[in-house]
Amino acid sequence: MQGIRAYAAAAVGVGMMLTTGAAIAETPKYGGHFTYVVPAKGPPSFDAHRETTYAVIHPVRPYYSTLLRVNPQNPADPADFVCDLCVGDVPKGTNDGKTFTFKLHEGVKFHDGTPLTSADVKASFDRIIFPPKGVSSARKSFYKMVESVDTPDASTVVFQLKYASTSFIPALAAPYNFIYSKAKLDMDQRWYEKNILGSGPFVFKEYQPGAFMTGEKNPDYYLKGLPYLDKITAIFANKESIQVQALRGNRASAQFRGFPPKTRDDLVRALGDKANVQETDWNCVLLATPNHTRKPFDDLRVRRALTLAVDRWGGSQYLSKIAIVKTVGGIVYPNHSLAATKEELMQMDGYKADLEASRAEARKLLEEAGMDLSKTYVFNNRGVDQPYKVVGVWLIDQWRQIGLKFEQKVQPTGPFYATLRESGDFDVSIDFNCQSIVNPPIDTSKYLSSDVNPANYSRVVDRKLDAMYEDMLLESDPAKQRVKMRAYEKYILHDQVTQMITLWWRRTTVHRSHFKGWKVSPSHYLGQALDTVWLDPDADK
Amino acid sequence: MNTATTTADAPTQRTFFQKVRRMARRQPLGAGSAVFILLMLFVALFAEVVAPQDPLDMNFADQLIGPNLTYLLGTDELGRDIFSRIIYGSRTALQIGFISAFVGATLGLVLGVTSAYLGGWFDLIFQRIMDVFMAFPLIIMALAIVSVFGSGTWNVIIAITIPFIPKCARVVRSSALALRDIPYVDAARASGFSHTRIVLVHMVPNVMAPYLIMVTSFVGQAILLEASLSYLGLGVQEPTAAWGLMLRGGAEQFFESAPWVAIFPGLAITLAVFAFNLFGDALRDALDPKLRSM
Repeated sequence: MQGIRAYAAAAVGVGMMLTTGAAIAETPKYGGHFTYVVPAKGPPSFDAHRETTYAVIHPVRPYYSTLLRVNPQNPADPADFVCDLCVGDVPKGTNDGKTFTFKLHEGVKFHDGTPLTSADVKASFDRIIFPPKGVSSARKSFYKMVESVDTPDASTVVFQLKYASTSFIPALAAPYNFIYSKAKLDMDQRWYEKNILGSGPFVFKEYQPGAFMTGEKNPDYYLKGLPYLDKITAIFANKESIQVQALRGNRASAQFRGFPPKTRDDLVRALGDKANVQETDWNCVLLATPNHTRKPFDDLRVRRALTLAVDRWGGSQYLSKIAIVKTVGGIVYPNHSLAATKEELMQMDGYKADLEASRAEARKLLEEAGMDLSKTYVFNNRGVDQPYKVVGVWLIDQWRQIGLKFEQKVQPTGPFYATLRESGDFDVSIDFNCQSIVNPPIDTSKYLSSDVNPANYSRVVDRKLDAMYEDMLLESDPAKQRVKMRAYEKYILHDQVTQMITLWWRRTTVHRSHFKGWKVSPSHYLGQALDTVWLDPDADK
Repeated sequence: MNTATTTADAPTQRTFFQKVRRMARRQPLGAGSAVFILLMLFVALFAEVVAPQDPLDMNFADQLIGPNLTYLLGTDELGRDIFSRIIYGSRTALQIGFISAFVGATLGLVLGVTSAYLGGWFDLIFQRIMDVFMAFPLIIMALAIVSVFGSGTWNVIIAITIPFIPKCARVVRSSALALRDIPYVDAARASGFSHTRIVLVHMVPNVMAPYLIMVTSFVGQAILLEASLSYLGLGVQEPTAAWGLMLRGGAEQFFESAPWVAIFPGLAITLAVFAFNLFGDALRDALDPKLRSM
């Protein structure tokens, strides 16, 4: 009975959090040592300009500044950006939206005491947008509109664009855009891969590979009154059971990536009102990517059959109970104005209401294509349970319904990527499109021809596809852009089935209730500066 | 000559069933385990008939249902029947277990006898190589091999087979060393028989007792190793029904609210390994002349 009461109390608490979206405003308290779990073995390197994983952002972001960021008080809004290193409001473009001028905070210093000036900002963005030879910039393609980065004086940075673009400011606010020291970059462009030196709210102290990373409050932080915490420690724990035990045993106060629904329920049951749950749609989607250079997946009929077999609406209902996926959508983040409505989705193959009719059509298409149903095909998957392997097993079952046999080739992350990028030894592979800032015109560049965007692992080359994207990207009228986005989406998912969308992720975070000031966002890359979060020891009493 | 006395002195000729009954009386645990193994073999061979459901069928309306009349051992997180998956899982376990044990032990048998027969430098170098292999714990060796070759049923079989070879070779060699200088081997050599013939025809049949004992104990070890590799995500892959695989993922995640997801596959592994170990012990007792005379 006591357990039921505790569970009911926790459920009410969770319900309140979910419905109100935020607790009643409380006065932040200073001090404390915040410990959180990073569900990874550690960052592949410390250089966020080249990396694409939360395993860098979660432990390392608190040591750096960025020019802009998503408003930490309103991270659910994909268009609410605020200045970080810059002063005042986010600048509006001048010169027909082709010039953006940023004034920087005065007196900002790197943690080694050297001043941070516009030259450091320029050096960092030049490295991101125009990387020198031998330097890898993961998001270089986001900045195709940038002509140059100029520094008229030590506290002013000017971005000149080739053409006006609604995607520029969101791209600039990406949490990976750490501001590095020009002096260090001049010395060695790869210095930041193995070293940490920023100007963020916390000063890096220690890193034990595979174990933890710690930092202490930056007393000279340029945002006055912040951060609230004295010390932070990121604990690396790859296994979910360890993360859960760390939260249950109060060895950690938070895990920022997210848990499956069942784990959320177990934690809430165990912690009662000491658990705080926040949920949102996630700017992450799992794809099924057919290999266009492999027979018979070069045949449109076979690809159409694959997508027609998948019961996305049912999968959303069932898989959301056991995995971190939920929302049915197209290529655009479902909550965005550019996203397809349910009615629009249901016009496309694989989204239609009559599943049996779709599967009957799929079987017919396979027969027409002369598909060898006695053969077992290879489905390449990543060795991560949530949600990759769960969705992978589900997809194999969906295709089994139309007579196709797939065996799963599950590989650790490194070999998995090697298969996608280099060997191409797969028939169909799981793939994902996870982005930080919700910026659909840029996010959907994932689906461009493989020779234009190597992150499209399907090896498709289709100039019509690329032209449709370019047309949509350059459209500045939101209503017209939406129409063009629909056409681009339909071409990818229905007309050519170059890739298949499975389900969008659902982010569910569980924190200890003494951890305050953090709000869930549609991306696990956002809100990780930790300058506005604080600990309330009274909440544990 | 007294006919009656002669008849009484002659050794008693027992039928097969009498022998089985006698063994069951002397080795009740061994006999019980043999019955269990036979049952497992039957279930694995006729899984299509015995299993009430298709082990791959996902019934999403019945996710994580506890044991009941429809699902005797409950369902997993994808609504698959655990009983049917355990039945089909026995096929995976026995296939990998028997192939790995037979191939590993047989290669070890031939290499061990050859090493003993040839002796000298060959024996010295070969045994040092075996020492290197045996210096690695079984699971570490298997993990290393899977890391090189990748996962999948046949790679798991290779990964499990290789560590068995030196183990069997070492045991068999010690038995074969005693045979090397026995006159019939000398006689075979003097008759001009080839080394291959002497090893395979004259020596190998005489070390079959330790070989058979090794094979049975290897089957149990292979089942455990396959389950361990699958649990670590390096063995066979979903949606294949395999006991170790059933213990990871959902079993870890839902252990508290749906314990049957982990308990029954775990029980299957325990019982199978236990049965093969007991059967191996009983076989050793039955085949070892010293133990038999005691």
